[in-house]
Amino acid sequence: MRNVWTVARRELYAYFSSPIAYVTMAAFLAVMGLLSWLLIIYSQQAVMGYTLGSPWIFFTLILYAAVVTMRLLAEEQRSGTIELVLTAPVHDWELIVGKYLASLILFLAMVVISLYQPYILARLGNPDLGAAASGYLGFILVGAALLAIGTLTSTLTRNQVVAAILSVAIGVALWLVEFVGSRSPGTFTGDFLTQLGLFAHYFDFLDGIIDTQHIVYYLSLVAASLFLATRVLETRRWR
Amino acid sequence: MIEAENLTRYYGPTRAVYNINFHVDKGEIVGFLGPNGAGKTTTMRMLTGFLPPSDGTARVAGFDVFYDSLEVRRRVGYMPETVPLYPEMTVWAYLDYMAALRQLPDRGQVVDRALEACSIGDHADTAIGKLSKGYRQRVGLAQAILHEPEVLILDEPTIGLDPRQVTEVRALIREIGREHTVILSSHILPEVSQTCGRVLIINKGEIVAEGTPDELTAQLQGAERVLVRIADASPEAIEVLERVDGVIGVESVDGEAYQVSCIREHDLRAELARAVVEQDWGLLELRSVGMSLEDIFLELTTEETEESEDA
Repeated sequence: MRNVWTVARRELYAYFSSPIAYVTMAAFLAVMGLLSWLLIIYSQQAVMGYTLGSPWIFFTLILYAAVVTMRLLAEEQRSGTIELVLTAPVHDWELIVGKYLASLILFLAMVVISLYQPYILARLGNPDLGAAASGYLGFILVGAALLAIGTLTSTLTRNQVVAAILSVAIGVALWLVEFVGSRSPGTFTGDFLTQLGLFAHYFDFLDGIIDTQHIVYYLSLVAASLFLATRVLETRRWR
Repeated sequence: MIEAENLTRYYGPTRAVYNINFHVDKGEIVGFLGPNGAGKTTTMRMLTGFLPPSDGTARVAGFDVFYDSLEVRRRVGYMPETVPLYPEMTVWAYLDYMAALRQLPDRGQVVDRALEACSIGDHADTAIGKLSKGYRQRVGLAQAILHEPEVLILDEPTIGLDPRQVTEVRALIREIGREHTVILSSHILPEVSQTCGRVLIINKGEIVAEGTPDELTAQLQGAERVLVRIADASPEAIEVLERVDGVIGVESVDGEAYQVSCIREHDLRAELARAVVEQDWGLLELRSVGMSLEDIFLELTTEETEESEDA
């Protein structure tokens, strides 16, 4: 367990000693700020859910998660540094979870910075801060799931660009699958696909509803992705 | 300390290592010698637990490399061939990270000791990406000896270093080898014959010869060789030398020197001298030249190639 934190700490060090952390954070916060400004101007309402519920922010989040996670394992596999990590007494899962944890911490730091938005809204008007808080919880859960998917795709290849493209593709597919499902509502397949949708479980949070089934959905996505990533790392050795 | 039994490894259909058996005792320095692609790295990766064997077993310090991989990894220090390091980290931060992964107590002290042993203390705060090849090699070595491992596995430890650095690294390895078991690989002969107590020659994934450098030389010497240097030799010199009893073959080395192969365990120097003097030629030099490890190596590895081509 201590190894998880050791790996995460080194990964954060790597994030901040290269431009990745700064550029991704700045880009995301800039897009989010611009979006909020536009939504406030046009709606004349102090509601956090407009920004957090916008398809623009969904897509930005998918891109962000892909870029932040793409190098996690792909880079170690390309440069061969993974050989030294895996010949140290470290379990494969500790490496995966540690890497994932670093990307999650980076994401949470960014979310904390973006809290200036509800603060400004509170200064301008009288927003429902409870709904804003649960909206943020949902946003963090979606981000956590996307980062786990990115960690998984990064174990699949030694090419960072391929890892990023795969994780964007999976993210967008998980988003769109909801609309495929809604073509045939009431049938098992239709409902199943709707429930599988990444953002189908998100809107309740924006309305201030914290439902366990939604939390379970996101946490299972995280667990399944990290489990698969560990398995992929193990099978690498057999090839 | 290390035992390998029928160790075999396939990459897909390609056979990298086949049925390798060897053992290494505590405190030995053993060299894997072989041409590039012979299976040295694959064998080492199996011993470190990085690659599982396709067949056969290996035990390091009594632990199976597959079933007790973590125990093996705790006891092994490993320096891979190209020494993959994180370029953005400083030397100190990197060694501290590796020490933390190995969960060593008193990390500061451990790192300082390794820095000192590999004499890279001056560069502790330099980013690894800015180090020269020689220094990077030493960081790799420092990382491998952090936890004072019982077994040290070094893949091509001196490749790409300048002669002075090579001497330093060899001295360091011998120093470490006094207390620890060391396996190193190389495709350079002097390296192995100077550093190692025992040599395993590997070719095409199989061990083709094994022994101390001296034993190998003695065992594989098919013929005694004598170098004869003659002043004003006439063209029939080769014929004259061949006529001496017990000579197998004569080869002209350059204008006036000839390499004479004799049947085993027959010192023909006296007879050769007499033959030359009888012709009234000036005998400039006469000395016995043993077969160098280099010759043995070339002979073994080329023979193998021919055999497998026939098959």
